[in-house]
Amino acid sequence: MSEKSWKEVPIGGLIVEPGNSKNYKTGSWRSFKPVWYEDRCIQCLACWNSCPEPSIFVVEGKVTGIDYDFCKGCGICAEVCPEKAHAIEMEPEF
Amino acid sequence: MASLKELAAREQKLAPGHRACAGCIPALTFHQVLRSAPGHVVASCATGCIEVVTTIYPYTAWKIPFIHNAFENSAATISGVEAAYQALKRKGKVTKDIKFIGFGGDGGTYDIGLQSLSGAMERGHDMLYVCYDNEAYMNTGIQRSSATPFAADTKTAPVGKVRKGKKQYPKNLTEIIIAHDVAYAAQASPSFWRDLNKKVEKALSIEGPAFINVLAPCPPGWRFPTEMGIEMGKLAVDTCFWPLYEFENHKRKLTYKPKEKLPLSEWTKHQGRFRHLHQEENKHLLELAQQEVDRRWKELLFLCGEPA
Repeated sequence: MSEKSWKEVPIGGLIVEPGNSKNYKTGSWRSFKPVWYEDRCIQCLACWNSCPEPSIFVVEGKVTGIDYDFCKGCGICAEVCPEKAHAIEMEPEF
Repeated sequence: MASLKELAAREQKLAPGHRACAGCIPALTFHQVLRSAPGHVVASCATGCIEVVTTIYPYTAWKIPFIHNAFENSAATISGVEAAYQALKRKGKVTKDIKFIGFGGDGGTYDIGLQSLSGAMERGHDMLYVCYDNEAYMNTGIQRSSATPFAADTKTAPVGKVRKGKKQYPKNLTEIIIAHDVAYAAQASPSFWRDLNKKVEKALSIEGPAFINVLAPCPPGWRFPTEMGIEMGKLAVDTCFWPLYEFENHKRKLTYKPKEKLPLSEWTKHQGRFRHLHQEENKHLLELAQQEVDRRWKELLFLCGEPA
């Protein structure tokens, strides 16, 4: 977050934008990253439903990718992905 | 009951970018509960992990009205808001249909917030209280609470040469709330999302006080790998440590009965806080913990009118 002068801070120090935590990227916490393979995905949405962030992109009921801005790399998505699909794999970040 | 596709299409009430640990199941619990509540929701939260991680200044993860008051009065706060809403609605100043959900961790519910929760349940407000039970004061560094299981290692009930973790069995809060004869009470787990979704929808549709106790595994507190959170919840249910049941119309009903009741060691062996239980000299403690789980499970089966 860029620094603000006291004149720019809302009165009372209020936070005026709901859900502004989306400006704080937690993706740098990650040491392992999930990689999603579209061809193997059966679109069960189990990963989205189990992600604590949530950092799985879902557009019109379909998974379209992983939001690396916020993913903390816990690996739950790869764990809950059905065995027969195995569409998410964890890979080292560095 | 909504499908995952329908849930994904709803507007999410909690934004990403909160500072919960990797693999935090309490955060997932909040997502799953709030997704199950379409429409207007006002939430309050007792001091605890999720209150802290979602509201680190100058950020907030909440997209809905959110009130944090103090550690002990999440239920009192939300019940007051509900009473004000009822008065304004009566006068025709508010026409919207609004639901009220109070949240609290096990510290803010089992221990510190019990009196305010009891009061709110007894007064019969039209609200839902959700306790995310991660079985210790995780936010301040894993101190024991009255929800911590028997023999678990915590910072204030540590494992040493003489003392082997917590000496007491966990308090059965769901039964305490049921004793208030509330409109709806249930135990749930985010590992069984369909069951949790159904219970939240039911609790919000019923007029009167409702309570849902959710077991929320905590990777750093319970000391298991971050990807195991969903599995931990499943095992807790399958070992009958955390039975899924509900209380409605003065009757208890099991909503999930494990096909095969697993031994408690299947659940404890993955967790660092129970590591000492799997050493030869502490086998008797595991035996005691198993006996207590069996006793409570048998009692619950009897209360639910199920064959033992």
